[in-house]
Amino acid sequence: MALDILQQYGPMLLRGFGVTVFCWLAGTALGMLLGLMLALAVRYGPRWLSWIIRAYVEVIRGTPFLVQLFVLYYGGPLVGLRLDALPAGLLGLTLYGSPYFAEIFRSGFKAVPHGQIEAARAIGMAEPAIALRILLPLALVSALPALVNFSIILTKETVILSIITVPELMYQVQRMSTETFRYLEANAVLALFFWGLVEAISRLGRRLESRVTRHLERA
Amino acid sequence: MKARRLMFSVHTFLDAFVPLAWAARYTLLVSGLGIALGLVIGVAVCAMRLSGSSLARRAAAVWVSFLRGVPLLVQLLLMFYLLPVVGVDVPPLVAAVVTVGICASAYISEIWRGAIGAMPPGQAEAAQAIGMAPRTIWTRIILPQAVAMSLPALVNELILLVKASSLVSVVGILELTRASQAQAATTFRPLEVYLAAACLYLAINLCLAALGRWLEYRAAI
Repeated sequence: MALDILQQYGPMLLRGFGVTVFCWLAGTALGMLLGLMLALAVRYGPRWLSWIIRAYVEVIRGTPFLVQLFVLYYGGPLVGLRLDALPAGLLGLTLYGSPYFAEIFRSGFKAVPHGQIEAARAIGMAEPAIALRILLPLALVSALPALVNFSIILTKETVILSIITVPELMYQVQRMSTETFRYLEANAVLALFFWGLVEAISRLGRRLESRVTRHLERA
Repeated sequence: MKARRLMFSVHTFLDAFVPLAWAARYTLLVSGLGIALGLVIGVAVCAMRLSGSSLARRAAAVWVSFLRGVPLLVQLLLMFYLLPVVGVDVPPLVAAVVTVGICASAYISEIWRGAIGAMPPGQAEAAQAIGMAPRTIWTRIILPQAVAMSLPALVNELILLVKASSLVSVVGILELTRASQAQAATTFRPLEVYLAAACLYLAINLCLAALGRWLEYRAAI
């Protein structure tokens, strides 16, 4: 019986898994990029821009991801923003993650000793070069654990995309369980799957961290 | 035709606040009871995590790792499908609060473990040196300071729970998010209604954040 179900729904679940991984990777990458741009804008931009960004950060961090998705997916068409579920979900994930990443980068910038930047200035490095060659690499290293941690949180947020009908794993599992009436088993398997995934990613993250610190100690 | 011409109806937006604010009491109820339950279970999990028995330590570690590794939405559905199978018949609201509380307990126990671990060991040693009993050291020296130290993190957790409580709308509890879905369906203006819901969540969380800053300030003295 279980084999039958797997045979019938296997391809669907596999597709769902693919969409989940895609949403997670793309959402993390885009969210990180946008977050980095926000953090740089706060650091180097004019005062008014940093106020706007601060307000954006507060709004996104103060509201549930589900409600943000509803605004985007169901409210968007009213102002001419008509997106399919998957692009809407991806955009939502990116917008949702960006303020958290921005804050992580901001504290990463803060952790860079000021002397390093002054030294670079003293030997006549240009400001963009300082940002690119000194500030960013050092900030990235100190922000690495927090970045890994938040990208793990994002793996779990991807299941919320199922509510706006993004065909990711949770959505396919729900579809399968309404057709086979095996709600409990399907959700139990899903829980075990996410548990394993999150444990694996956090283990990988720890290994990455120790490798980076070892590399720095040697250098 | 009129509705199509208007991009954003301020009237609908403002009108939505009354029913949504009324529904928000369930958001507050779920997150409030959720954190209360989380605090109670969190104490037990934290005590197990720090106890002498390796079995208890391992069980607590699995509890924390499972609850932090599985999305809350999956936990909610799991609980809702599990309860009838094991023959427990509770109202959906109770099941939702219990799930949210169990999930919060994992995070809260870690907050407390961190706070207790951050206590300077010299304090306990000093108390021991003046002849305090271990029990008194815990209740008079370590716990009061650890609780004060963990207050900002606990307020933070409460803010997370307010947002996470939007997920219990999926299992049919008429809290803020579910009520805004209903409101959006009857007014055909999802943008205004969901923005109103977002404003309410933001207002609740900004208040809680202010409370957190105040507690932090008080605890620092």
